[in-house]
Amino acid sequence: MHGFANPKRFLALASWLTPLLLVSGLVTAGGALVWGMTSVPPDRLMGETVRILFVHVPTAWLGMGGWTAIAVSSAVFLIWRHPLAALAARAAAVPGAVFTAICLATGSIWGRPTWGTWWEWDGRLTSMLVLLFLYFGYIALAQAAEREGVSQRIPAIFGLVGAINIPIINRSVVWWNSLHQPPSITVGKSAIDPEFLVPLLVAVIGFSLLFGGVVLARMRALLADVQAEARLRRKALEAA
Amino acid sequence: MTGVVPALLWRDVRTLLAGGARGGPMLPLLFFLAVAMLFPFAVGPDPKVLARTGGGVVWIAALLAAILPLDRLVTPDLELGTFDQLALRGISEELAMAVRLVAHWLSFGPLLLLATLPAAALLGLEGETVRLLLLGLVAGTPGLAAIGTIIAALTASLRGGAALAGLLLVPLAVPILIFGAGSLARGDTTGIALAGAISLALVGMAPFAAGAAIRSAREH
Repeated sequence: MHGFANPKRFLALASWLTPLLLVSGLVTAGGALVWGMTSVPPDRLMGETVRILFVHVPTAWLGMGGWTAIAVSSAVFLIWRHPLAALAARAAAVPGAVFTAICLATGSIWGRPTWGTWWEWDGRLTSMLVLLFLYFGYIALAQAAEREGVSQRIPAIFGLVGAINIPIINRSVVWWNSLHQPPSITVGKSAIDPEFLVPLLVAVIGFSLLFGGVVLARMRALLADVQAEARLRRKALEAA
Repeated sequence: MTGVVPALLWRDVRTLLAGGARGGPMLPLLFFLAVAMLFPFAVGPDPKVLARTGGGVVWIAALLAAILPLDRLVTPDLELGTFDQLALRGISEELAMAVRLVAHWLSFGPLLLLATLPAAALLGLEGETVRLLLLGLVAGTPGLAAIGTIIAALTASLRGGAALAGLLLVPLAVPILIFGAGSLARGDTTGIALAGAISLALVGMAPFAAGAAIRSAREH
């Protein structure tokens, strides 16, 4: 793993992996959406609105997956001081927040005809909303640390504190109030018809590839920023 | 080492209670009462509405008031190098922050509980509600203090931390609020036990997170 700590090797890998992930993610996710739009029959209860779940479910998973990425990268950074891990955590924050926001928006649009309301103080909705605010906090903290030249360990610690608290927040709001259906897909079994499940899983794979591509692209941009600054400083020193 | 912890605790409580540049606990407490006073202006003085929602308002006011002392909780000592001196004497950042957490609660929690009584009177809460409110705050405020200590340590070396501290504190405080204030709606103490459990978990975690934050504030 330490081989990739070298930014050069990382960049060599990322320079072809980034477009590959982005293009394959776009194609897979787009294909799954077209598939879900055209060849899946409308649901018996939910009707045509079921199709929004091809966006809703992958973004919900990635919204939570984004914080998992922050937590794992932060732990790697805090324990092994792996500098790229700090970049990975920061790069995952904005796409994670965007996916969480898309999940909330699509859930709200879906909830209007299905539950008859734009917003319901339901446990799982609420926990996604709290997650979105955790993302906002993390992004603000990481930006402040960056701006004021404070150690990147500060946002990393908050990433871990958040990761420990997310299950507590999730359980507490679910116990508090729930209207949302229980998870339909758990490890080993699924309550969903294969006709619906297969395009859904393809959509999940497609959105995950996109997520990975965006994170890599953001890591490259952050790294380029650092290198440009180091270069400017070196030039300034030479000139002086 | 044994004499160090009480001495440190005494020193922390005294500095946190003292007014002057550090602000002291009076301003957050007055702010807490001011929020409780504002609420009837916003929703109208109907005693039934106030009695039903007042407990939750006190919780929100406590949460908002808990944000105010955070930018003075760790920053002055970090700037003075107090933690470096303690580290030189073999007192780890974790221990220093555990003591700071206790001192923060001691300088804030009991006074907040006292201030809850006039706030409850202003909102016209009934005896049973006040009892659940006070029990819930006893169970929940250590957890709030723990979150506050973590966030104060994280934002100590950042300027303009108050807005940032608020944004960071609110989502983490959701579980305590749900169970602490939720027990008011249910009218029993189950939620209070859960709020206490979450508080304990946060208090256990806080010294390590805050200590790590103090240590990383040294490297730039």
